[in-house]
Amino acid sequence: MTDIILSSYGFFALIASFALGAVGALALRKSDALANAWSSVFAVLGSAWGIAYALSAFGAVRAPEYVIETSSLFPLLSVSFSVDKLSAFFIFIISLIALLCSIYGAGYVKHFYKKYNIGSLGFFYNFFIAGMLLVVSAANALVFLIAWEIMSVASYFLVVYERNDHRNVRAGFLYFVMTHIGTAFILLSFLLMYKFTGSFQFETIAANIASIPPFAANAVFLLALAGFGTKAGIIPLHIWLPDAHPAAPSHVSALMSGVMIKTGIYMMIKIFLDVFTDVPLWWGLMVLVVGAVSSLLGVLYALTEHDLKRLLAYHSIENIGIILLGLGSAMVFSSEGMLPLATLGVVAALFHTLNHATFKSLLFLSAGAVVSSTHTRNIEEYGGLIKRMPQTAFFFLIGSMAISALPPFNGFFSEWLTFQALFGGILSLPGAASWIFVLAVGALALTGGLALACFVKAVGAVFLARPRSEEALHAKEASFSMRTGMAVLALLALAFGVFSGSVSSTIGKVVRDIGAFGATELPLAASSLQQISVQNSFASASAPAITMMFLVAACVAALVLRAVYPKQKIVVGETWDCGTSPTPRAEITATAFSRSIIMIFKGILKPTKQTGIEYRDATARYFPKTRTITLGIHDVYRTYLYEPLQVALTKFSERVKTIQSGNINAYVLYIFVALLVLLAYVIF
Amino acid sequence: MQIVFIPALSPLALGVIRKIKAAFQNRKGASVLQPYRDIWKLLHKDEVISSDASWVFRFAPLAVFSITLVVGASVPVFASFLANDVTSDILVIVYLMASATFFVALAGMDTGSAFGGFGSSREVTVAALAEGGLILSLLTVALMSGTSNVFAIAQTISSADLASLLPAFFAFAGFFVVLLAENKRFPFDNPSTHLELTMIHEAMILEYSGKRLALIEWASANKLMIFIALGANLFFPWGIAHDAGVMAIAFAIIAFAAKALALCMSVAVVESTIAKLRFFRLPDLLFVSFILSVIAIGLI
Repeated sequence: MTDIILSSYGFFALIASFALGAVGALALRKSDALANAWSSVFAVLGSAWGIAYALSAFGAVRAPEYVIETSSLFPLLSVSFSVDKLSAFFIFIISLIALLCSIYGAGYVKHFYKKYNIGSLGFFYNFFIAGMLLVVSAANALVFLIAWEIMSVASYFLVVYERNDHRNVRAGFLYFVMTHIGTAFILLSFLLMYKFTGSFQFETIAANIASIPPFAANAVFLLALAGFGTKAGIIPLHIWLPDAHPAAPSHVSALMSGVMIKTGIYMMIKIFLDVFTDVPLWWGLMVLVVGAVSSLLGVLYALTEHDLKRLLAYHSIENIGIILLGLGSAMVFSSEGMLPLATLGVVAALFHTLNHATFKSLLFLSAGAVVSSTHTRNIEEYGGLIKRMPQTAFFFLIGSMAISALPPFNGFFSEWLTFQALFGGILSLPGAASWIFVLAVGALALTGGLALACFVKAVGAVFLARPRSEEALHAKEASFSMRTGMAVLALLALAFGVFSGSVSSTIGKVVRDIGAFGATELPLAASSLQQISVQNSFASASAPAITMMFLVAACVAALVLRAVYPKQKIVVGETWDCGTSPTPRAEITATAFSRSIIMIFKGILKPTKQTGIEYRDATARYFPKTRTITLGIHDVYRTYLYEPLQVALTKFSERVKTIQSGNINAYVLYIFVALLVLLAYVIF
Repeated sequence: MQIVFIPALSPLALGVIRKIKAAFQNRKGASVLQPYRDIWKLLHKDEVISSDASWVFRFAPLAVFSITLVVGASVPVFASFLANDVTSDILVIVYLMASATFFVALAGMDTGSAFGGFGSSREVTVAALAEGGLILSLLTVALMSGTSNVFAIAQTISSADLASLLPAFFAFAGFFVVLLAENKRFPFDNPSTHLELTMIHEAMILEYSGKRLALIEWASANKLMIFIALGANLFFPWGIAHDAGVMAIAFAIIAFAAKALALCMSVAVVESTIAKLRFFRLPDLLFVSFILSVIAIGLI
């Protein structure tokens, strides 16, 4: 059975399903409902097949490889794919989230009928998923770049899908430029690796890794970190993320935020730990510092947002930072030769990748339900939605508890493992590196606390209290397919937490498949009762025990309470607001909620405040008519990084432009001089 | 069995603190058993629930109380042999307490009153900034004893020699600041204020009444007792019982009572001698706690 699934026909069927869905949706574009149905059915089928494929590939003894020989036509390009356990893990994540987003999308896309072309949505959506699957299975750097481009271009068209809003078009353009800058860095790093090892095949590069001199290896590291970091969204290369993710339709945002940015993480793990098996210490420390800074700044910027989807996008940056903390610690341990701790770091990073994909998609899907029901993304216009959209509110609450790392949901256990990897570093590393780990622990602790603050704000301002606008007053619950997608994701968030022991052992098997580790003993043991214990019981925790103890305590307490005063009367009345009737304006707004934290961190966030006033009589200026206060956050990255770069580039280009004088004689002179120089080079 | 110990004793700790504060203010004060009577009274009262409140408001007190029961069973009080290695990890304890904060903060926003909203805002700000100091101070003693199970930490540190315990003292200083912050004591919050604009914790629970208020008040007392137990037994664990002998347990209970009394007295002294800090000065104090714990780790 697994032989059939893993054969080249199985892999081809996986990609073909999405290709068929894409082309068919475009062909059916005249009918909205048919196009939606066709694209959803094929996306669901393809994702389900992808899950089956990934599970079979886990158990495979040898990584399946698929090669189309084109060496006679293109000597360097051999279309080859190889699905080792790491790729299988990422295929599993992509297929799982794509399955649930496609189920959700079947109902969600109905909001776009008659407004936009559903056929093109289906076309680009299916190609996007196919592109991601090809990216994580490519075995050749050129095939990888082709798949990377398919993924990026398809997602660009999805970001600008709602093109009547000009902000979406601008966001798409920024995304397009940034992703190609990232691709340029990636291309440079691949070319450097090709120059010294003579091949674009990842396997061949890994075998010849010793022939890359240290200077080039460092350059490859920096270029790869910048390139894949742009896709992953590390600070300061993140400026496209908060604009692009909200602009796309919600099921696409969930896929982009939950899965696409993880392809950057996949390649980082592959290059830094699988291809380069012996990394210098400073690489791991740099990744660790980048991770700590991204997580802290990501959550701080999230606190400043009152656009629900931008808030979630910044949280993606925060969680990528947490994943990089795990990855960086693994690289540091690997360079110091402490392989068991290194496997712990990668297990933590991969577990957090899986968890983040789950709860971030859940959050984006429920945010999408809220946005499409109220036609606004502004949190200040929500309120009281828990009474009008109870199930969506419940799923969003579960997603918030998972992302704030509250036990027994999955987010807690992957952050717990990340903490354990960092604790191991403090204990075992010498000198300066151990201090960086202490500061990383501090950053992770602060991030966790601030994420909790941000999601109390999000859940409270969106769902609780009274509605603050007409749309929120008349909001309707999401459709059945949307609720199904969200419900399964919420269940998975709980399941991955409760069964975290089994999940982390399985991920341990994935990690031992990575080149740098071999058959290292995992310092993590999971008992049959899902108790995870790390490093000969330095630490242990058990999700089912926590859950069971909580449930038992709650039941006993509830029973005792009922027995104490059984005849208690509960009266429902108006909220006391010092004698007045409370209006929606009495409740706290999202902006006010996070104002304290913004003021505390104002050195980092640089909040701006502009007040305007309009008087009834402009000359006398006694009685104000309106006052406007505009609160904002100064975008330091644009001011201090991107704008100076752009100005320098423009100035340089203008200088170079003087060569183009339009004079034919000058051009002939250039050709003559170039020929002379080349002749001199060849002769001497 | 230990699961009932903390809830049974926590109102007594509150009563003792109030009695000492009364002594500072030159009055007799209420009896130390008054908090028990308060909880009993509240359990027998009817409730009024806001029409804007949802199931979050109704469910939060039970959730918070159950969480304090679970954590109460997971911290060493008088015996280090009552260990369990499934919920006694330092991070599990910290994040379970964070879940309690999460639910109370949501309940504060649920009724749509102005006070509840800003109470929640201030509470999560303080909690977010205190978490760094808390995790690092507990990490210090965990690194000193080579395990992050709180019972095993108590056991190891009680048999360590005094000279190597300097990091534990610095970590305790950081931990004490977080104890004051998380339990709404001076200089972070005045637990007996009636001015809503000065409240942090009390503002969030203004709308509660009857049984639910009893649960919330009891859960706050439990949280104080849990922090006292952690402070007494992780940083100064001498006297804790290592085996189940009757003499050992009796001695351990007396030792714990003495240490708890000392901690209650320090809290009462702090509350009676220094003023509450302005809200935007609190992050400085919490950052000091963080730095103290970092210094402690450096001294290991």
